[in-house]
Amino acid sequence: MTPKIDMQDVRKAFGTKQVLDGVNLTVAAGESLVIIGGSGTGKSVTIKCILGLIKPDSGEVKVDGESLIGLNEAGFRRVRKNFGMLFQGGALFDSLPVWRNVAFGLMQGQGMAAKPAREIAIENLQRVGLSPDVADLKPSELSGGMQKRVGLARAIAARPQVIFFDEPTTGLDPIMADVINELISFQVKDLGCTAVTITHDMSSVRKIADRVAMLYRGKIVWNGPRADIDHSGNAYVEQFVKGLAEGPIQMDVRRG
Amino acid sequence: MNVATRTDMTFFIIIGQWTLAALASIGRLARFAGKALASLVMPPLYIVRILEQMLSIGYFSLPVVGLTALFTGAALAQQIYVGGARFNAEGVVAGVVVIAIVRELGPVLGGLMVAGRVSSSMAAELGTMKVTEQIDALTTLQVDPVKYLVTPRLIAAVIVMPLLTLVANVIGVLGGYIIATERLGFNGGNYLKVTMQFLKASDVQSSMVKAAVFGFIIALMGCYNGINSAGGAAGVGKATTNAVVSAFILILLANLIITVVVFGGAK
Repeated sequence: MTPKIDMQDVRKAFGTKQVLDGVNLTVAAGESLVIIGGSGTGKSVTIKCILGLIKPDSGEVKVDGESLIGLNEAGFRRVRKNFGMLFQGGALFDSLPVWRNVAFGLMQGQGMAAKPAREIAIENLQRVGLSPDVADLKPSELSGGMQKRVGLARAIAARPQVIFFDEPTTGLDPIMADVINELISFQVKDLGCTAVTITHDMSSVRKIADRVAMLYRGKIVWNGPRADIDHSGNAYVEQFVKGLAEGPIQMDVRRG
Repeated sequence: MNVATRTDMTFFIIIGQWTLAALASIGRLARFAGKALASLVMPPLYIVRILEQMLSIGYFSLPVVGLTALFTGAALAQQIYVGGARFNAEGVVAGVVVIAIVRELGPVLGGLMVAGRVSSSMAAELGTMKVTEQIDALTTLQVDPVKYLVTPRLIAAVIVMPLLTLVANVIGVLGGYIIATERLGFNGGNYLKVTMQFLKASDVQSSMVKAAVFGFIIALMGCYNGINSAGGAAGVGKATTNAVVSAFILILLANLIITVVVFGGAK
């Protein structure tokens, strides 16, 4: 079966820093992959290469068997119709009320009228546990956890086939983090999506992941089912999962 | 190789690097402007966004542009009167004020004031959107950020600046009128008559062309610097400064070029 997402030997450098140094990664349809790794190991760059926000220097990125390399803007727009993304800080449009944020892709990207778009927005807000009266608030009036929920509602509003989650629990208290993890894992299964999550939060990994890949210095150093992370036999994974200062992983001073 | 030649070489290397960097940024800016203009002919054209921007660029700039014109016109009338008295030419106050305001000070000072107000806020807004990943979010939602954010601002600024300048011109002349009649003892009716005699259609054309070009510069520099900002809050601050400074310099340069090249022959 063709994998949903297929990255082969993807490389990307910013200046002299080789952020991605030959990433090989496949995600099967309907699978939830979590990419773990410390800060600055190239996690964000990896998903931005799939979303077409960053162009890799070399290598191959395929979605449903179609190569994204050399695709023009119209081609990327077509591919992105199947994508949803929850950004780390939410990335909500602060000039627009919540419901217009959720309906943004439907209205501006696909030209849906305001009335049906608002109904869909409210339905998606309810899906992530927000009541309809949140719809007319501005994003700045919401707490961090609520903003994440709105971001999730926006990511699922157009019923994408693949959803990307960038550090979904960063900046949240442990209880809200667990709520968001539960929501993500439930929604992904319920909507039958493929999910790619990047995180350094092990509780997210245990809640969300079917499969885990570990990124270190621009390479995937380990890749296996979630059940194996506690006895991976890989020194990098062991150090990361246990959160130890001692081990083979050296923290980079400069960010990727 | 002796020391002198080596220093010369370093000098040329630095000049070369500067030239290449300057050409590269001009090229990037031109591509950016080209992309924004190409969006004009491809639907959707975000009409509501254009109207919003016209309101924020135009309507909310009226007080600052109006005050600038009023004070400048008034000060100008006083100066011309004092300066003109040296060769008994107090009578030219009305004519010099209207020509100076319409051809030069209305569009240029108006443009600078709007650049200070609008280029900075555009750069800060788009810069913040960039560093909070809102621009990436637009892209993932299949909306072209240049088309959605930049093109409406460019269109709005090009439409609104001539209108603002028209208002500035009238208020500037009014400023001169107030000083001339209230302080310098001019007859009001006479002053206005002389004003209309001196004013030519080409003066107004020059004023409008300048204003439209300045509007383009104001929005382009605000958006370009904002959308290319990087590095958090400090990056947004730098983008804002660059937007205003580059808009100022380009407005003054464009004013010189339009004055000399385009309307230089007009008598």
